[in-house]
Amino acid sequence: MFKLSEDGLKYVKNELTRYETKQSAIIRCLYRAQDENGGWVSPEVIQHLSEVMEIPAAQIEEVATFYTMFNKQKVGRYHVQVCCTLTCGMLGGRELTDAMMKEAGCKKTGETSPDGLFTFSKVECLGSCDTAPMLQINRDPYIESLSTEKAVQLVRDLRAKAKGH
Amino acid sequence: MAESKYLTEHYGKPEYQTLEGYKKLGGYQVLEKALKMQPQQIIDEVKASGLRGRGGAGFATGVKWGFLPNNGEPRYLLCNADESEPGTFKDRLMMERAPHQLIEGMIISAFAIKAKKAYIYIRGEYTGPAAILEKAIAEAKAAGYIGKNVLGSGFDMELDLYIGAGAYICGEETGMISSLEGLKGQPKLKPPFPAVQGYLRKPTIVNNVETLAAVTYVIRDGAAGFRKYGTEKSAGTKLFSISGNVNKPGTYEVPLGYKLMDLINIECGGLKPGRKLKAVVPGGSSAPVINAEECERATLDYECLAQMGTMLGSGAIIVIDDSNCMVDVLSTITHFYHHESCGQCTPCREGTGWMEKIVHGIVHGEGKPGDLDLLLKIADNMKGRTICALSDAAALPVLSFVTKFRDEFEYFIREKKSKVRGGQIYAQMHA
Repeated sequence: MFKLSEDGLKYVKNELTRYETKQSAIIRCLYRAQDENGGWVSPEVIQHLSEVMEIPAAQIEEVATFYTMFNKQKVGRYHVQVCCTLTCGMLGGRELTDAMMKEAGCKKTGETSPDGLFTFSKVECLGSCDTAPMLQINRDPYIESLSTEKAVQLVRDLRAKAKGH
Repeated sequence: MAESKYLTEHYGKPEYQTLEGYKKLGGYQVLEKALKMQPQQIIDEVKASGLRGRGGAGFATGVKWGFLPNNGEPRYLLCNADESEPGTFKDRLMMERAPHQLIEGMIISAFAIKAKKAYIYIRGEYTGPAAILEKAIAEAKAAGYIGKNVLGSGFDMELDLYIGAGAYICGEETGMISSLEGLKGQPKLKPPFPAVQGYLRKPTIVNNVETLAAVTYVIRDGAAGFRKYGTEKSAGTKLFSISGNVNKPGTYEVPLGYKLMDLINIECGGLKPGRKLKAVVPGGSSAPVINAEECERATLDYECLAQMGTMLGSGAIIVIDDSNCMVDVLSTITHFYHHESCGQCTPCREGTGWMEKIVHGIVHGEGKPGDLDLLLKIADNMKGRTICALSDAAALPVLSFVTKFRDEFEYFIREKKSKVRGGQIYAQMHA
């Protein structure tokens, strides 16, 4: 069973009164719950938020399923989202994704690597076309101006970092 | 073009991001001036300046503001910081380098349209700019620029940040309003337009980041001063996001009416050695592509590009050189629109899917004779038949790519490989 932390509950309570209607708090609360649930929104997350926010689960689910930044399936510790639209597509975003996936041991996008660390998604324009190709891990700051070599090294560095902890 | 910059004049200075630095460089002085004006005077000045929406549609800002009904209902100002049109990244630069520039423009605009509550709707992926904005909003509140009785003027105004969660359609103003209301970001039928019935069915003005920031300079210099740059129908300067095959991609501020080739060759340092210009997408992925010959004649203003059958859009310029396969480029665009269609309207939901499927087939060497005519027919049937403009936006690139580069598409279908790079393109190497 998923339950928000005490801080998480406080956060949700605060967001509920932040906007004109409490429905407007759904996106921020889903982010919070996703973070606390290891990076994805499970049916239990929706049920719990529904109870805490006193909003029908169907309304929360429709938001969770409409927007791409809520993961409806488990992802690895690093959800690597590589832009592959237009400019990033022209400048190697797709080739780079394939090379990173090979390094991480993922056979296809959406699949988590055997060590549980990486899940890859090819995503749509992230608004950083002057630094193409580029990517975003989870909701962290963008990693820009990549080459295939730099991207593969990034996978190695993150793996080393994860093992070190 | 250094003398013709107002938005980006101080972007090279890191202190411009903070309230203190922004004020030292003249920030919030225009707000003080505006608060001494009558709201209607500001609206009239914006109308006279000819400022047009910088987000994509290019609608006259002052005219939009004039649509607000005088029915005593509370009004909202909504800043569109969803910036999702492929190729566009200018608003991100502004929010990162000069968050107070946006905030000052929003306070002046809210005062002009008598909105007591304003929101910035920022796309979910922009977590960096969102953090900078939240800090800047807190600074502005603490300094009395936002809140009750702004600078002793008697005007009350609240400003908050709302974050999206990954949906291109939320950049469409009614889709954005749905999202702000906590719903799926699906557009609503117009009329009623948001100015009449928007957020929570109350009068709402939705303006782009750059538009709102430009309002400050309209008030600072007056309508005539603002018109010093640009053309009769495209007044002022504009931010252009340039990416693709140029030596120095980035965001550049130039007067509207500037020559496209000058921007490519002077500001952006031209193309890579040995490469030839093949095409340019001049206003974000929705804007019909133009070929090299058309680029020579193109000036960056609303009227010239409209005359060429394309549009200035958000000012996102994607430069494509002769090493690119146009079928491959179109395949990422058709994939994008299929992914981003919200699914409400059949022509868009089905049309984007079929277009992606056909282009995907061609690029994987499975194209059939008749595919191109079928593509054109589908695209043609998607125009003007839906709630919002996404369907048209998806159809236009297909129509223009296939029409203007038909030989590349025909070659691909016939030979089952690309005409460029000896066929060595992504779809065929990594299938």
